[in-house]
Amino acid sequence: MPFDLQSPVRTIQAAADVPGPRPRRAPVGRAVAVALAVVLSAAALSTAGCRSGSGDAADAQAAGTGRAIQNKGSDTLVNLALAWAEAYRGVAPDVSIAVTGGGSGTGIAALVNGTVDIANASREMKDEEMAEARAKGMDPQEFVVAIDALAVVVHPSNPVDRLTVDQLADLFSGRATNWRDVGGRDAPVVLVSRETNSGTHVYFLEEVVRKGDADNPDIFAPQTLLMPSSVGITSEVQRNPNAIGYDGLGYVNPAHEKLVAVGRGGSAPYVVPSVASGADGSYPIARNLYMYTAHPPTGAIAAYLDWVRGPHGQRIVADLGFVPLPNGPDGAAP
Amino acid sequence: MTATPAESAVPPEPTAPPRAARSSRLLAERVIEAAIALAGVSTVVIVALIFLFLLRESTAAFLDVPLRQLMGTRWYPIEGLFGFLPLIAGSLVVTIGAVVIAVPLGLITAIYLGEIAPPSQREVLKPIIEVLAGIPSIVLGFVGWVALAPLVQQLGATTGLTALTGSLILAYMALPTIISISEDALYAVPKAYRDGALAIGATQWQTIWRVVLPAARSGIVIAVMLGIGRAIGETMAVMMVTGNAANIPALGPGLFLQPVRTMTATIAAEMGEVQRGSLHYSTLFAIGVVLFVITFGINYVAGRLIGASGGPRRRGQL
Amino acid sequence: MTRQQSHTLAVRAITAVSVLVIVPILLVIGYVVAHGIGTVDWTFLTQPPRDGMRAGGIMPALLGTLVLAAGTAVVTLPAGIGAAIFLAEYAGDNRMTRAVRLAIVNLAGIPSIVYGLFGLGAFVLFLRFGTSIVAGALTLGIMTLPVVISTAEEAIRAVPDQFRTVSLSLGATRWQTIRHHVLPHALPGILTGIILGLGRAAGETAPILFTVAAFYLPELPRSIFDQTMALPYHLYVISTQVPGMPLGMQYGTALVLLLLVLSMTLSATLIRTRMRRRREW
Repeated sequence: MPFDLQSPVRTIQAAADVPGPRPRRAPVGRAVAVALAVVLSAAALSTAGCRSGSGDAADAQAAGTGRAIQNKGSDTLVNLALAWAEAYRGVAPDVSIAVTGGGSGTGIAALVNGTVDIANASREMKDEEMAEARAKGMDPQEFVVAIDALAVVVHPSNPVDRLTVDQLADLFSGRATNWRDVGGRDAPVVLVSRETNSGTHVYFLEEVVRKGDADNPDIFAPQTLLMPSSVGITSEVQRNPNAIGYDGLGYVNPAHEKLVAVGRGGSAPYVVPSVASGADGSYPIARNLYMYTAHPPTGAIAAYLDWVRGPHGQRIVADLGFVPLPNGPDGAAP
Repeated sequence: MTATPAESAVPPEPTAPPRAARSSRLLAERVIEAAIALAGVSTVVIVALIFLFLLRESTAAFLDVPLRQLMGTRWYPIEGLFGFLPLIAGSLVVTIGAVVIAVPLGLITAIYLGEIAPPSQREVLKPIIEVLAGIPSIVLGFVGWVALAPLVQQLGATTGLTALTGSLILAYMALPTIISISEDALYAVPKAYRDGALAIGATQWQTIWRVVLPAARSGIVIAVMLGIGRAIGETMAVMMVTGNAANIPALGPGLFLQPVRTMTATIAAEMGEVQRGSLHYSTLFAIGVVLFVITFGINYVAGRLIGASGGPRRRGQL
Repeated sequence: MTRQQSHTLAVRAITAVSVLVIVPILLVIGYVVAHGIGTVDWTFLTQPPRDGMRAGGIMPALLGTLVLAAGTAVVTLPAGIGAAIFLAEYAGDNRMTRAVRLAIVNLAGIPSIVYGLFGLGAFVLFLRFGTSIVAGALTLGIMTLPVVISTAEEAIRAVPDQFRTVSLSLGATRWQTIRHHVLPHALPGILTGIILGLGRAAGETAPILFTVAAFYLPELPRSIFDQTMALPYHLYVISTQVPGMPLGMQYGTALVLLLLVLSMTLSATLIRTRMRRRREW
């Protein structure tokens, strides 16, 4: 904009503004107050709206009509939960199930806050979470829905094909930093793990890095690449000859990455992770996957959980590479 | 009758006969003007609210985690290790890398666009750079993850997910900011400076190097600062390509070829899974406070510089 | 080396570096287009995802992003244009104005993930909107404010002062002048700012991570208090969270997101160019 067009008006304006602020300040203050009142009342209204909304929804659910069952939690379980939800539409078309990930902690927190019906978790509820739920008058119910064997994977070109739990602990805690230390090539080890607050990470920390010893203070080496997801781990292992990672059996693809046989140590055999070795307990790194409800389930939710743990639901577990429950719905990993 | 702007803000002139229609219109007008002023003020309120909410959610972290621990070298929140140093170091390394790449590239491109390119080329190139500013960070992160990381690994890094990968992506995200602001700064240099230099026999390059660039110095500093601000706050792309290892990178020639974990990526990766109200949750908000303070500082100083230099947007005339 | 040689050398080097900046931009776009074009068709755009999101389309995510953009506009327009009028027409050179300008500069600089934290703390938790479209739109709307304010202010300032002088001298009040003689002429410029801002909002992931985005929803949201899927988060999810995802789905989603955002950026640029050409003052 050409500056010679600057007319006297702007100057007058500026001049008027210098003594001007005082008379103008009052309406501003009042307007702020009015606006705040509007915002707050809108917030109050909408909050009330939310509450009554979820109340209606709860009624609808009790009546078994088509309200979405809210299902949230573990990222390990999310794809399985998604597959169940999709397949269940064919079984009970009027029941819709909304699945969200976010992690075991998020799902359980949401369950305790009353915003979801079923929480997915790749770990058991902690004592404090249980206490919090009980304090709110809930009676959380635990359902083992599948077993997850954690496969240890390396690049297909890596000559290492078997490791003991001790060796894995040395690698992931950073005591062994070269593949030579565990019988491989002379190359640096690149550690790949899930994010620290995923159930998978916590399980691997407790059962492998700390070898099941609660007093063991070891943690993952700081150089560990932390992937926000399972897929990040497998992709990195597929393209990095020096990488080692671990992931749920359902997420690994033996065609693209090498599964390492794991031994408990001593004369114990090395076992390759599989649905069979996870189910019979011979593979050392396997854990239960859970669903939690806030109260003993009834109606549509009870029917869904029964179906999930029944033959149809467990067939999907096997299809996705997880380990189905061994002895019918009440079985669990040893 | 002449109505100056000042009069519309004060009650009707006593000389004007008060008519009902007129006064109701004036009332409506004052309501509108109050709303406009409120909209202006709301920006200040929003900045204050953002800071207050960050503080509110992070109080527990600042009160319950000893400062020595916040300054610790290990970030492992599930064991209560809340050391910010690896995260700050990660953000710093990635940002420095981005600036080292982006500033020369951006400045030179601005010189090309402003001083050398014929107008026809400029018409084509400027929109392309604006397009770069529009590419969603998640798309750049995606391309960095599938295409750039394998290339970086071939440079001899132990993994393709390194600070350098992040810096390269961030550099291109900061480029549009740096280019457009430095170009404005070059444009603001009075034409008479150039004419004078050329008249005493300097070549065009000498004019640019000895006369135009020094004169545009403060604008260029602003461009660099805002570029830094852009780079340090970027989240998704960085999270996808830097490996997220909470490790203080070892100084040395391989500095940029190590994986790092930035502050922004830490918040994005961990907030989704954290228990609301826990110390970990609060600590993530504390990282938010640190980011807010850093970017506020950068923008405050840049804002003061813009004010002092009369603003890079003011087109140059003597 | 003569002065002329050094000049030629410098110009060549500068040109080469500029090519270094431009080419990767085109490469990135070309890469996404080349890999994604095969996936994107009408079915891809209008079908919900199937088979654990490995097949089907992206309709709920695309729709969610459009809804979020609309919500963002509702939040950002009144406040943004109001603030722009305030700065361009009313604000004097006083402490208040300086505070507003400082606030806008800082809003523009706050990292998007910090907006996400704010949205989580303020809208999701404090106002108890939950993870919902409202919370997401408010967060994105606030994030978009500085872009809208600064482009709108520039557009309003570009209207020649004679327009104001004439209107005021004919007895119009200040607001009438702005309403009838300033805003209509500034409209294309204001529109540019809005489209730019909404384009940016539509492409952002970090602010919606904790405020609205859903991993997968079997049904479309029914109210603004529901979660929704969104295109940028969907791209993040399918490129990092779902195993066995066909690459075509990822590239296709990236392409749609890229096209959506770039078409907004480009149309804003076009409006601005045409406006500059047609301006008769």
